Amino acid sequence: MHFGPHLLLAALEGLVTSAVLALTALGLSLVFGVMRVVNVAHGEFFMLGAVLAWAISTAISGHPAVGFLAALVIAPLIVGAIALVAERLVLRRLDYNPEATIVATIGMLYIIQQLALTFYGPEARPVEPPFSYRILLPWFGYSGYKLSIIAASALLLIATWLVLTRTRIGLIMRATQYDSETAQAFGIPVGRVYGGVFALGAMLAAIAAVLIVPISQAHYLMGQDPLLLSFIVVIIGGLGSLRGTVVAAVLIGLSDGIISMFFSPTLAKIIATLLVAMVLVFRPQGLFGTASR
Amino acid sequence: MTPLLATKGLSRHFGGLRAVDNVDFTLMPGEIRAVIGPNGAGKTTFVSMVSGRIQPSSGAIVFDGADITGMPAYVRVRQGIAYTFQITSIYANLSVYANVALPVQLTLRHGPSKSAIQAAVMTALERTGLADRAHMPAGQLSYGHQRLLEVAMGLALKPRLLILDEPTQGLADSEIDNFIVLVRDIARSATVLLIEHNMPVVMQLADRITVFNAGKILAEGTPEAIRENAAVQEAYLGTAP
Amino acid sequence: MSEASPAKAYALHLGVIALLFALSFVLPEYYHGLLARIMVLAVFAMGYNMLFGYVGLLSLGHAMFFGAGLYGAGLAIIQLGWGVPLAFLVGIACGAVLALVIGLLALRTTGVAFMIVTMMFAQVFSLLILYFATWTGGDQGQVVPQPARVLNLGATSLDLTDPTVRYMSALLLFSLVLLVTLAIVRSRYGRVLVAIRENEERTKMLGYDTFSNKLMAVVVSGTICAASGAAYALLFGYVGSSFASVQYSILPLLWVLLGGAATTLGPLIGTVFMYYVIDVSSGYTSAYLLIVGIALILLVLFFPKGILGTIRQRWLGWLP
Repeated sequence: MHFGPHLLLAALEGLVTSAVLALTALGLSLVFGVMRVVNVAHGEFFMLGAVLAWAISTAISGHPAVGFLAALVIAPLIVGAIALVAERLVLRRLDYNPEATIVATIGMLYIIQQLALTFYGPEARPVEPPFSYRILLPWFGYSGYKLSIIAASALLLIATWLVLTRTRIGLIMRATQYDSETAQAFGIPVGRVYGGVFALGAMLAAIAAVLIVPISQAHYLMGQDPLLLSFIVVIIGGLGSLRGTVVAAVLIGLSDGIISMFFSPTLAKIIATLLVAMVLVFRPQGLFGTASR
Repeated sequence: MTPLLATKGLSRHFGGLRAVDNVDFTLMPGEIRAVIGPNGAGKTTFVSMVSGRIQPSSGAIVFDGADITGMPAYVRVRQGIAYTFQITSIYANLSVYANVALPVQLTLRHGPSKSAIQAAVMTALERTGLADRAHMPAGQLSYGHQRLLEVAMGLALKPRLLILDEPTQGLADSEIDNFIVLVRDIARSATVLLIEHNMPVVMQLADRITVFNAGKILAEGTPEAIRENAAVQEAYLGTAP
Repeated sequence: MSEASPAKAYALHLGVIALLFALSFVLPEYYHGLLARIMVLAVFAMGYNMLFGYVGLLSLGHAMFFGAGLYGAGLAIIQLGWGVPLAFLVGIACGAVLALVIGLLALRTTGVAFMIVTMMFAQVFSLLILYFATWTGGDQGQVVPQPARVLNLGATSLDLTDPTVRYMSALLLFSLVLLVTLAIVRSRYGRVLVAIRENEERTKMLGYDTFSNKLMAVVVSGTICAASGAAYALLFGYVGSSFASVQYSILPLLWVLLGGAATTLGPLIGTVFMYYVIDVSSGYTSAYLLIVGIALILLVLFFPKGILGTIRQRWLGWLP
């Protein structure tokens, strides 16, 4: 294969990564933006989405698409419910203190991960894609399902953006983000907004996981990489900035796909992590963000 | 006589807002100077630049003949500029004694002994009338006493210039009377720069008064001159309650 | 801050050291070995406590300092064939230099950003160990050969693999670090650190260079953690990448939270207690990280001052 098609393939793979990453990171970014909570357990909600998708699609017989669609609806709902319970029982009681909540979400990370290990096991298990149509390009064939991930993610991102900017719910969320005390004084149920946002953040990660699980596999440790990458995206994009998050996700996803074709993945990870740490040290508002208020 | 403190063209902009705009200011040693002005006139921004808590956008600050514009806040403190916070800022979980011991152990840097620290702490506490509360946690003091502790911490630094940012805010009348006596006592060993809203306090204490308005110095003079100044009356005193 | 007589505090600490010494002669073999390990790891926790407890800086990356000591000492023996004392010093020096560099960078941030930055630097460190697998042994790790773990002192030689020598070496390091910690905490410098934790802005305006003080604390903390790592390599003879993983950044936090942050003996108590809980629970579940997770949440929710912190608050105000 020549260089051009090779690059195109790498770019397509990168776009798929970007699509999933954008959804996952958007969840992390929303939770941080509105609640000022750094959710270290975010990757575990992702993993939980994938594991549940496997469980649901195996439980439902018939055409793979039926099981997959069921998983796409049910898995995020279950994950959202779990997140809501965790928010009620733990985060709220900590009064959303930034440092205490990090320690608590580290605890959640271990609990969710180890429970998955106990009940799901250490195996990696595949989920059958809903359809297996291959699009034939002049140089190579490409999975139609992968392209549909990109489309689905784009639709979800636009939908989220519309909800945030055009609806009353979005207005309430932005008001809470801007100044939770004033929002409370204006009769906004800040506690319920926080619960909802935390659940929504976890659900976005779960949806991303359900979308990706037919082409990767469900495994109890699969939450670690998405967590790291989401952190990178949110930091580069500017903490709490949604537009920055999406731009950064595309950038990171594309470069990840292209770089990992040419460099060792470990070296790529070292460089990326180091660069992002430096961004946080020298430009804490992110590469695309503006200075904080 | 060289001034203890001088600023030349000192400015600070926050976005489009000129919080302090091209201020030339001089303070002679031994003075009690009051800075007054309506809210948002730039008083706290001005003294924050003098103490080094915020950096000026432009202009220069000269302390005792040396340019200190780029000097970090902690070095200025060691040079003799002490700042007491407008919003009480003490170590609530530490004892009153420990609160004052911190600045004391800094000034006694050369050959400090336990007894020297103790003596200096108790002196500062006695001057502010807090000696009998030395071992209480600072957070359990009454509000008025916390304000006094704030001053005691400033005193313990043995400053040449003590900046008091609205020290009488929230104090009862009887506490204010004691406070006036305390500031007069302090002024015997240090120059005092006082931001104050309470006009009777200003009139009793200040040798000279500087009036800020909209980031600039509107007027400067003796209390009597300021009282008579028509522009000041219009900008500030006239609207005062 | 207590201004109680120093005699009481030193007597307590010497008593604890004497107790640990006496335990060496009565403990059954399994617990004897376990306690030696716990003492070394308690040093790690004490190093962490220096920064988290007294300065209030919550790092999520201290595994890199432990790892620097572990690999510094281990590789000095394995790759360079150096002797035990030199290897130990190399390990400590690696930790000190790393802490200085990390401190200079990470201290530009505060709060949550500090936590994330330290976590990321530690991640880079552990990935570097995997990347240079030919040197470090990658995720398999390496065993420090038994003949190299002998300390030659003139005519006599001490075999660090001997249980008693190992226990006493661990106790020596532990005692040294404990007393140094106590001295720092009670010193003028210790008071400045606590002042920074309580109110950094005020401390700056009392004439203290808070950045340099914090940097010094990071270096002291990192050096102590590296000493623990170096001792671990020499006493237990294994150098592995799992010791540099995120998990080993979380564990000292857990031990310190459990024992009581900003108490000198809390790290020991937390480490002992956590090992005890894991030992007991291993009968029920192999997933000991589950216990770690539950303990973290219960601690921050219901018991933020930890065991000794609560005791100090309720009964013994003079505890350092």
